[in-house]
Amino acid sequence: MAHSSKRMDAGLALSRFGLGARQGDLDAISSDPRGALLEEITNRAVPFPSGEELKPTADLLADFYAFRDEQKEARERKPADGTGAPQAGPPQAPMASDQPGKPEAMAAQPTMEGARAGASAASSPVAPPPANGAPAPKPIPPLPQRVFLAEAKARFSGTTHVPRIGFGERLAMFWANHFAVSAAKGPALRIIAGAFEREAIRPHVFGRFTDMLMAVETHPAMLLYLDNQQSFGPNSVAGQNRKRGLNENLAREILELHTLGVNGGYTQEDVTSLARIITGWTVTGREGRLGSPGTFVFFGNAHEPGAQRLLGKTYVDAGLEQGRAALTELARHPATATHVATKLARHFVADDPPQILVERLANTFRTTDGDLAPVSKALIEADESWAPELTKIRSPLEFIIAVLRATGAKPEPQQVLGALYAMGEPLWQPAGPNGFSDTIDAWASPEGIRMRMDIANTAATRGADYFDPPEFIDTRLGPLLSHETRAAVSRAESRAQGLAIAFMSPEFQRR
Amino acid sequence: MLCETMTTSRRAVLGASGALFAWAFMPRWAQAARGRDARFVTIILRGALDGLTAVPPLGDPDYEALRQGIALHAQGPNPALPLDGFFALHPSMPNFARLFRAGQASVVHASATAYRDRSHFDGQDVLESGYETPGRVDSGWLNRMLIGLPKGEKIAPGASEQAVGLAVGANAPLVIRGRAPVLGWAPAVLPQAGDDLAMRLMDLYGQRDPLLAHALAEGIATGKIATGIELGARGGPGDPEGMKHLAAGAAKLLAQPEGPRIAALAFEGWDTHAQEIGRLARLLSGLDGAFAAFEQELGSLWKDTAILVATEFGRTARVNGTEGTDHGTGTTAFLAGGAIRGGRVIADWPGLKDVQLRDGRDLAATTDLRAIAKGIAVDLLGASPAILARDVFPGSEKVAPAKDLIA
Repeated sequence: MAHSSKRMDAGLALSRFGLGARQGDLDAISSDPRGALLEEITNRAVPFPSGEELKPTADLLADFYAFRDEQKEARERKPADGTGAPQAGPPQAPMASDQPGKPEAMAAQPTMEGARAGASAASSPVAPPPANGAPAPKPIPPLPQRVFLAEAKARFSGTTHVPRIGFGERLAMFWANHFAVSAAKGPALRIIAGAFEREAIRPHVFGRFTDMLMAVETHPAMLLYLDNQQSFGPNSVAGQNRKRGLNENLAREILELHTLGVNGGYTQEDVTSLARIITGWTVTGREGRLGSPGTFVFFGNAHEPGAQRLLGKTYVDAGLEQGRAALTELARHPATATHVATKLARHFVADDPPQILVERLANTFRTTDGDLAPVSKALIEADESWAPELTKIRSPLEFIIAVLRATGAKPEPQQVLGALYAMGEPLWQPAGPNGFSDTIDAWASPEGIRMRMDIANTAATRGADYFDPPEFIDTRLGPLLSHETRAAVSRAESRAQGLAIAFMSPEFQRR
Repeated sequence: MLCETMTTSRRAVLGASGALFAWAFMPRWAQAARGRDARFVTIILRGALDGLTAVPPLGDPDYEALRQGIALHAQGPNPALPLDGFFALHPSMPNFARLFRAGQASVVHASATAYRDRSHFDGQDVLESGYETPGRVDSGWLNRMLIGLPKGEKIAPGASEQAVGLAVGANAPLVIRGRAPVLGWAPAVLPQAGDDLAMRLMDLYGQRDPLLAHALAEGIATGKIATGIELGARGGPGDPEGMKHLAAGAAKLLAQPEGPRIAALAFEGWDTHAQEIGRLARLLSGLDGAFAAFEQELGSLWKDTAILVATEFGRTARVNGTEGTDHGTGTTAFLAGGAIRGGRVIADWPGLKDVQLRDGRDLAATTDLRAIAKGIAVDLLGASPAILARDVFPGSEKVAPAKDLIA
């Protein structure tokens, strides 16, 4: 009995808290699944994406400024001649012709590189190229898209496959969605969306919430995404000179989404106050007048002078420190603890999570001053987190990652991005700053499930040569498997169909 | 479009394979086998075709009693098409019937591979690998046959991009995978999941997950309205239009002067446990359309073409409780093409009485499918029987190549 409940925990650890089982993962953790999860917390195990194109934000923005100059020059050189247009098109919409998820991107699908045991190396080269044939040599994508693809590849062919369980990676995905930016805002955001996640999110996944919050709100990606570089203190020097005023966008989302939550007890006055407090938080431009180009800077001339009152507390004007102090207080606010605890429990456990679990997480958050390692630990240690019923549905991102891990596939990033786009969760491009939805209803939609079936079918067709479906579900889903799913997989008329059923089974779709 | 795809695919496949040097000879069957520049196509039917419905033995006195509600008849509405007085052909296959009458198509009945269990996965392994037992999946018999064909002039390393084999579909069927370089082609569409997968998932969700069941049902219904066609009718290997499309594409590539000579395709959806009449009518019309597509697109090359259609095993002789049939043994293979000595149903008919059925349930297998494949390989392509027995179908020394299959 103890043995079988450990097996069950191993299954849950990998699917509910991890990235999904690879070959061998279930066995590897089955002696102590919860211990293996806690170890990831203790070791602060968050894999780091790497690659030549994955530079720091400032370098990426410097490259971007140069790229824009080149485009401009090229346009001016041949103003009347259509052929003179730069490859990338005008800067307003340079990605228009290269968005992932267009039908072309969908045509080619993941190539299973995880060779089936026993298949000789000599046989793999004759596997045919992707469904649409090898693409004709395409022009190199414009810089922002190139970097975006490299960031995607570093994850789907990199960090996805690294961890044994991947709780840290799941948390990185969770927090990147909590502090959502969108690459669809424009080419600058596209080029740094991945860097934002690398720089502001990952280092703090098992660190302090305050540090993550500070890193996020001072990151060029967030400042550009929510327009804070356009916000001027009405009474600041620059505001007066340029006749410019406040933009409340970032301040509102800090309160509503990032910290207190929509019912966190703030007023419109608080929003305006916080907007004033963070005036001057901006990104240095290409000329670098305020500092090294493409970095966060506090631009005192745009900062609204004077003390501000926020949530009943007064913050004296100490320049940048005024905002730092305000954010520190917001991170410590009890409503923030409840908001974060609710979102975490909803994400990992249930749409409507047990109240006792939410309270325990919130309590841990408050008593540790927002230390996310003990908060994560509390989540793992709570029995409420281990109900054997699989209630949540994997988001498209979680689903794709689970397929990649289960099969060992490392397809071209366009293919993964295309599939995510088709299923309604394009990478780092939510419709708004509230990120993608985290409830069952959002993902168990008719179109969504239908699309998943086509994608599962395609992935299964690619993987059919490498896996024996009954063995595949045993090693990937093992203790979670129902008798009915076993029967459906073993009765399939082909390996490909058996794999497709495995991918679409309730045990694979849910967690 | 097609040619462009071919060129780039070929380059990609060969460039990546490193197998180019292992394939430093052009095959020379133009000299080896009756001066023909032959084309050979193998179509795998995944899921186990019910040979007793595809080619019903109307002359067998026990047929109708076994088949009851799914039996075909020579008269009445939708009658089976006559073949030789004993066997008839499913009414969904008028093209094949025409080819049969023209002496360009034959049927092999009561045939099977060396496999005698009833698992699709293992059965397909045996059918495609050419080994006697399952579990060997590193290469297929077509590919090993390519390697063993008589060599012509030596090709300077890197001097030619010639790939003699063609794998059609989103993944290469095992039958043509292996050391010899193979060109890959598939239509540039996202292969849609077919009706059969959707039905199986609906069944599973119905038992386990009402929420997913509801979502999928609605998704399918919406998809039908949006496209105006059935799910899966956009080109997958499990629907008639897709089969024709795949066949036409393969034929165009085979017709290229410098193109491949040997192709493998796989069609899906033949696992008819329930409601077999409607499903097989649809699938067999797709297969029939594929024959027509090959004939049309190959043009003058059709006369030197042989198509072998085979499935992993047959189905139960008796109809089951859901108007379908379960996994069995003996079944039908089809031969078509101008190079086929056609107009014959090749069968050592075992009969359908209880004692004649294998395990009292399956059509017994009296013809070894390997003999058929070997016969074509020898007489059409000039393959050596010794190599066929040693490398292509290991352990098949006692299975002699069938004679007179090729005109």
